[in-house]
Amino acid sequence: MTNSRRFWLAVAAPLGALVVAFIVTTLVLLLTGSNPFDAYAALGGAFKTPRIVVNTVNTATTYYLAAVAVAIGFKMNLFNIGVDGQYRLAAMLAAAFAGGAFMSGLPSVLRIILTLAAAMAVGAAWAGIAAFLKATRGVSEVISTIMLNAIATALIAYLLAPGRLAIAQGNNVLTQPITEGGYLPNIDIPGSSSQLYTLIFLAALVGLGYWWVLNRTVFGFSIKATGLSETSAVASGISVKRMVVSAMLLSGAIAGLVGMPELLNGDTHAYSLNFPAGIGFTGIAIALLGRNHPVGMVFSALLWSALDSSSNSLQGAGVPKELVTIMQGVMLFAVVIAYEVVRRYRLVLEQKAVARTLAAARTTGDPNEVAAR
Amino acid sequence: MTVRIERNGSRRFRAAALAGTAALALVLSACGSDNNAGSGTTSAPTSAPTSESPAATSESPAATSESPAATGSGAPPAVEMTGDKAAVKVGMAYDVGGRGDQSFNDSAARGLDKAKAAGVTIVNEIEATATDTDAQREDRLRQLAEGGANVVIAVGFAYEPALAKAAPDYPDVHFAIIDDATLCDPAAKGGPVKNVACLTFAEEQGSYLVGVAAALKSKTGKIGFVGGVNTPLIQKFQAGFEAGVKATKADDTVTPKYITEPPDFSGFNDPGKGETIAKGMYDGGSDIVYAAAGGSGAGVFKAAKAAKGWGIGVDSDQYNAPTLSAVKDVILTSMVKNVDVAVWDDIAGAVNGKPLTGQHVYDLKVGGVGYATSGGFVDDIVPQLEAAKAKIISGEIKVPSTVG
Repeated sequence: MTNSRRFWLAVAAPLGALVVAFIVTTLVLLLTGSNPFDAYAALGGAFKTPRIVVNTVNTATTYYLAAVAVAIGFKMNLFNIGVDGQYRLAAMLAAAFAGGAFMSGLPSVLRIILTLAAAMAVGAAWAGIAAFLKATRGVSEVISTIMLNAIATALIAYLLAPGRLAIAQGNNVLTQPITEGGYLPNIDIPGSSSQLYTLIFLAALVGLGYWWVLNRTVFGFSIKATGLSETSAVASGISVKRMVVSAMLLSGAIAGLVGMPELLNGDTHAYSLNFPAGIGFTGIAIALLGRNHPVGMVFSALLWSALDSSSNSLQGAGVPKELVTIMQGVMLFAVVIAYEVVRRYRLVLEQKAVARTLAAARTTGDPNEVAAR
Repeated sequence: MTVRIERNGSRRFRAAALAGTAALALVLSACGSDNNAGSGTTSAPTSAPTSESPAATSESPAATSESPAATGSGAPPAVEMTGDKAAVKVGMAYDVGGRGDQSFNDSAARGLDKAKAAGVTIVNEIEATATDTDAQREDRLRQLAEGGANVVIAVGFAYEPALAKAAPDYPDVHFAIIDDATLCDPAAKGGPVKNVACLTFAEEQGSYLVGVAAALKSKTGKIGFVGGVNTPLIQKFQAGFEAGVKATKADDTVTPKYITEPPDFSGFNDPGKGETIAKGMYDGGSDIVYAAAGGSGAGVFKAAKAAKGWGIGVDSDQYNAPTLSAVKDVILTSMVKNVDVAVWDDIAGAVNGKPLTGQHVYDLKVGGVGYATSGGFVDDIVPQLEAAKAKIISGEIKVPSTVG
């Protein structure tokens, strides 16, 4: 296979998926009586507003962190559905910790680092419960993390009450807002009322770290090996239990960071009833869409968040916001299917190439028979 | 649920597993959204829209001064629009669920529809999504203001941080927020935001009255309370209800139960769970259950009918809700919360050149809350209810707004 062909095959899957998603969305628009041109014009027009572009990037930062948290598990065939509970509990406890009175005496840098560390520790600890159960009792992490999500919700509801870790403000309940110096400054963007979240750099760092650990360390190799075949990993001396525990802890620690851009860069500087929920599940979709690839997930996070951010504009053009959900869903399926189709096509091409080589080498044999092998 | 991918199996199986994983992820991410759907980070429980809303379709402002007879402590006479209606352009930012949620948002939408019928222009209506961040809510308010609206109404307390940031940038636009008064607090740093009106409701006062009704009508002395989502807003309903019951019959007991805990806001729209919880209460000897749970109330009423007990509705006069006609004979009364009146008042103020600012409390005195008499089930106790109402208005009875 030539290099150019290889490149086109790699690009074909995501492009094909986008085209399929575009066609299906257009059909849905036509069926529901909306004008597709108006909808796409509104979608495109949204990103002429600098504010919406900045919001897209900010939300993508959060989504990317969630996707990496999920992807670490995926690489090992671990399905960490608990990212949602891990990040919410981590954000809530880190917010209460960062809003504590004792923090205001400390230097700003230390406060930020302590807050981030607390969030990672809580996320890892919550994921650690599932890891412990899996390593010692063989409990499926799918079941345990789903249940831990529900427990996290109950725990947060208990702690997020006036007199415990929160204060009441009108009809809202929130942790003590972090005082100045405890949160991060943002970057002004000309022409935009929204500022760029500085934690985008942390997300970039996490992405880089994810790539480096997976591709340049023994630990990363062991993760991938365990994911590809548990039996051969054991045969080559990898302790699967240890890998399960460390991958879950790492996944949980990254999950702990998911709420940090909203907490440290957002406007409220507290965990409240309005804190965005459900990002852990969005992370699963984005990791799938980005094929667990550190760069692929950047694009899928941006795409997902761009669609989310355009919801207001679409409604402005009279298109129901559910269209965004439909587009996201269709895209996810199209990508998974497209990758599979391309993978099979590539397999066929490889087989043909092998057949040709073999046929050329074995001039005495029957070419068809060789190819059939 | 098998999502582990069998590596040593056939390629075909791997593909199937991958597709299955994708499907699962999609379902899960949909779950994430649905958790919050239909509710609102903020929504007060409500019910199906009814034709009983004050001045439902009146073309002439004069007709709006008639409050529907069926609502005992009904809606106040609406403010008349005397100014230039064409000059007012309204933008609405709904809470999660939006129009058609049979609940909080619909009740706000009723006020908007009335204003539209009266000749006011509606620029746009945009609704929230479940995974909204403050930035996205802020963007919504800005889009409405930039889209030409000079009156922007934010439905639900979740808009508070977003409004705090957006409102000062549009000094010529009149903003209003339902269910939150933080921005109108004179004690706030920097003072209240000038172009924001805060429209809040004394839900505890209306709940007190239906509590009195429950205590008077209960034969077993056991009364239930089903809250949609355990938030301070719904706790206000519980606090007032319990106070009303206890003040009437000190020995009666109220069993409170919430369907979900935040951030799972599905409790406002889960009739199945509402029915299960209410059934437990009726089985345990309760004969009246107050459903402060939005769309979940339908399940409570279903359980009431099966148990031959009573249910109490919320927000709208649920006896008249078309979607509840099958169970209306068990709806003893409803605690009415007239969000539509607040929305109308805000728009009318702008039309008349006197846009609302500061906090406006819609309590019993101004008819912002009340009890419904539709069905005639509480006709015999109206004197007691009116007496309690008068005492609350006069200040003789102070209704608590927090559970404690």
